Amino acid sequence: MRFVDEFRDPEIITKTAEEIRRLIDPARHYRFMEVCGGHTHAIYRFGLKDLLPANIELIHGPGCPVCVLPMGRIDDGLAVAESTDHPVMFTAFGDMMRVPGTHGSPLEHKARGVDVRIVYSPSDALKLARCNPDKHVMFFAIGFETTAPSTALTLMRAKAEGIKNFSVFCNHVTIIPAIRAILDSPDMRLDAFIGPGHVSTVIGCRPYEWIARNEHKPIVVSGFEPLDLLQSIVMILRQLRAGEAKVENQYKRVVPWEGNRAALRAMAEVFELRPYFEWRGLGFISQSALRLRDSYAEWDSERRFQVPGVRVTDPRAAQCGEVLKGVLKPAQCKLFGKECTPEHPIGALMVSTEGSCAAYHSYQLRKEAVTSIHSAA
Amino acid sequence: MAHGAGGKASRKLVEGLFVPLLSGAMPQALADAAHVDINGASFAITTDSFVVNPLRFPGGSIGELAVNGTMNDLAVSGACGKVMVVTFVLEEGLATPTLEAEVRAMAEAARRAGVSIVGGDTKVVEHGKADKMYITTTGIGHPLPGVKVDPASVRPGNKIILSGPIGDHGITILLARGELDFEADLSSDTRCILPLVEALAGAAAPGIRWMRDPTRGGVATSLNELARDSGLCMVLEEELVPTRDAVRGACELLGLDALHIANEGQFLAVVSSDHADAAVKALNAAAGGEDARIIGEVREQPAAAVLITTRYGGSRIIDMLVGDPLPRIC
Amino acid sequence: MCLAIPGKIIDVLEGSPTLGTVEVVGVRRKVDLGLLQQDDMPKPGDWVLIHVGFAMSKISEKDALEQMRTLAMLGEAEQAMQEVQGYGLEETGPNSIVREKPH
Repeated sequence: MRFVDEFRDPEIITKTAEEIRRLIDPARHYRFMEVCGGHTHAIYRFGLKDLLPANIELIHGPGCPVCVLPMGRIDDGLAVAESTDHPVMFTAFGDMMRVPGTHGSPLEHKARGVDVRIVYSPSDALKLARCNPDKHVMFFAIGFETTAPSTALTLMRAKAEGIKNFSVFCNHVTIIPAIRAILDSPDMRLDAFIGPGHVSTVIGCRPYEWIARNEHKPIVVSGFEPLDLLQSIVMILRQLRAGEAKVENQYKRVVPWEGNRAALRAMAEVFELRPYFEWRGLGFISQSALRLRDSYAEWDSERRFQVPGVRVTDPRAAQCGEVLKGVLKPAQCKLFGKECTPEHPIGALMVSTEGSCAAYHSYQLRKEAVTSIHSAA
Repeated sequence: MAHGAGGKASRKLVEGLFVPLLSGAMPQALADAAHVDINGASFAITTDSFVVNPLRFPGGSIGELAVNGTMNDLAVSGACGKVMVVTFVLEEGLATPTLEAEVRAMAEAARRAGVSIVGGDTKVVEHGKADKMYITTTGIGHPLPGVKVDPASVRPGNKIILSGPIGDHGITILLARGELDFEADLSSDTRCILPLVEALAGAAAPGIRWMRDPTRGGVATSLNELARDSGLCMVLEEELVPTRDAVRGACELLGLDALHIANEGQFLAVVSSDHADAAVKALNAAAGGEDARIIGEVREQPAAAVLITTRYGGSRIIDMLVGDPLPRIC
Repeated sequence: MCLAIPGKIIDVLEGSPTLGTVEVVGVRRKVDLGLLQQDDMPKPGDWVLIHVGFAMSKISEKDALEQMRTLAMLGEAEQAMQEVQGYGLEETGPNSIVREKPH
């Protein structure tokens, strides 16, 4: 088994799509939110919307760590890298490289001479620190609980090896507060959730139980292949038909119900919850983000360096918050496709490849223009 | 920097700046080569600059890219390159053996391609003002008889042919930089595609409507340009697009799309449906063309877009790149 | 947050940190195995889920096969239902399938 091709088998996909059709109530309009940006991307990449009946609406949730990062944090990170008293190397995942700060994106800073490098792994950033003892290597960390354990383990290694020219600018955020913010939003009406598959490999399925219990909404933790997503929708529809609301694990081959103890231990060793953190588009949310513990202060960029602590508000016209919460579709934002496009993005939802606006603009926009022409004809 | 990546930003630079200022003298500014008439004799001419880091990589080096790249631009414009001139811009302090190795590589590539390098120029700039070495090649050739390349001649129903697997060059370079710490048995596909274009012309010249070599920006960019220039829709079938395993693996790991990755030894051809099968047969029979195949067709809608259909009836739009493809973790 | 890919373990290098070489369709990289349960480390031939250079989880072939079996059976129950309906034992209506009774 290769664990990929099997889950893209066209015959079984067709069968599963038929099962979905059999399970829906044609008179009902279903609204399912897929929380994770990776699911957004997969839905567009595989053209899954074309396989679903018209009365199932998939709403993209806020699970895109690039999209929810306030611009001020990028400015702060780049300010540290630009400080001239000591050469600092700014390292980050490729996802961050084109995200605009107030004075340009990391790549634009690179063009101006700042040492900016793309890394695939936080351990690669640590390796750069080992190989460049005359420079300080700062890792600009982003991501939900999927990625935080890797940053944690890297910091543990840095500490164990006594590597002093390395620090982490930590922007890790946690998924549950984001889901809570969605459910607390008065404009939001959802029937069920497609749960984030890879976050769940770390936190397990228990943290979602309150959604089923208190909010009476089914949540199915889903994998990322077409069959995974379609099967998850089948499972949701079966629950809805039976009037049930429970947490189910569709991604059993990878997600343990109890989560990954080693990963959670590493996170607990290195990180603690910030009392509050600003989420772009969602405002301040308490207990929703991570920072390094005092025992790791030496490896905390925010304590090693003078960080301006800039707060940048988005232009009033940008409706990133509503799109992030699924209240508005990307095309309904006044700036979409006009002032805000993938070439000159105003909000992060347009920069990140899995941001709803970018995905919609690249994969869907012209298709729908054609569909509407044909249906009007 | 995004302007060199071959996608939307590049196009804006060319269309927004160069063409308006120079268009009196550049009637075909946006084609791969210009076909001109000088006192009754027809020529094709093209120029290209080559910048690559690292200079040497599995499967080739900057020198080979410079020769093959210009020959390929001429070939897909429907011309056979015969002579070339070369300009080097060298960074002060560049080691002589490095330069010598590239000159040898160029001589060998030129010999294989059947083109003569008849002149050139060299400039040395301060350390830090060039990425070790920039090479510009200008090639001149004669038009291939019976071959006419014009986006305006593309029609719904025409077939889209790809000469071979995509993504080899771009992924090889990405891995060769060493920053991502991946290993794969992969090398650049740099080669002169003139023999393949000649084979295609021999079997299907009257059916050829358009050709392009999908270098920076990949197949997605080339087909988007055609979609825009013709106003038509390019529809590809995902399973028909050939990619080597290692390219697929790297793209999966890094979150890249092979359609956006640069190629240096492949070309796309749009051929009328009555000639398409003969075209593919001739390519398959030619050395290096075994993997050539039809990957899609031209349709009317959605206009000016590139669409790819999946095996199970879904589809998505393939957009042009904005800047270089970047690895992602989300 | 979500790009994680299945890869096959080719070898496990003892040491601290424990690294393994994984292969994904011909591309190889060393990944850190430090997030896996230390008493259940993967062996060459096992599959793991890789994210940012770390193995997040072992992939259970058993669960994967079970999932495929469940999905492959979708529609079989429905087919059986349609067969029965075709015998004319169900009331006729716009959705029933009327067929001749088998001989």
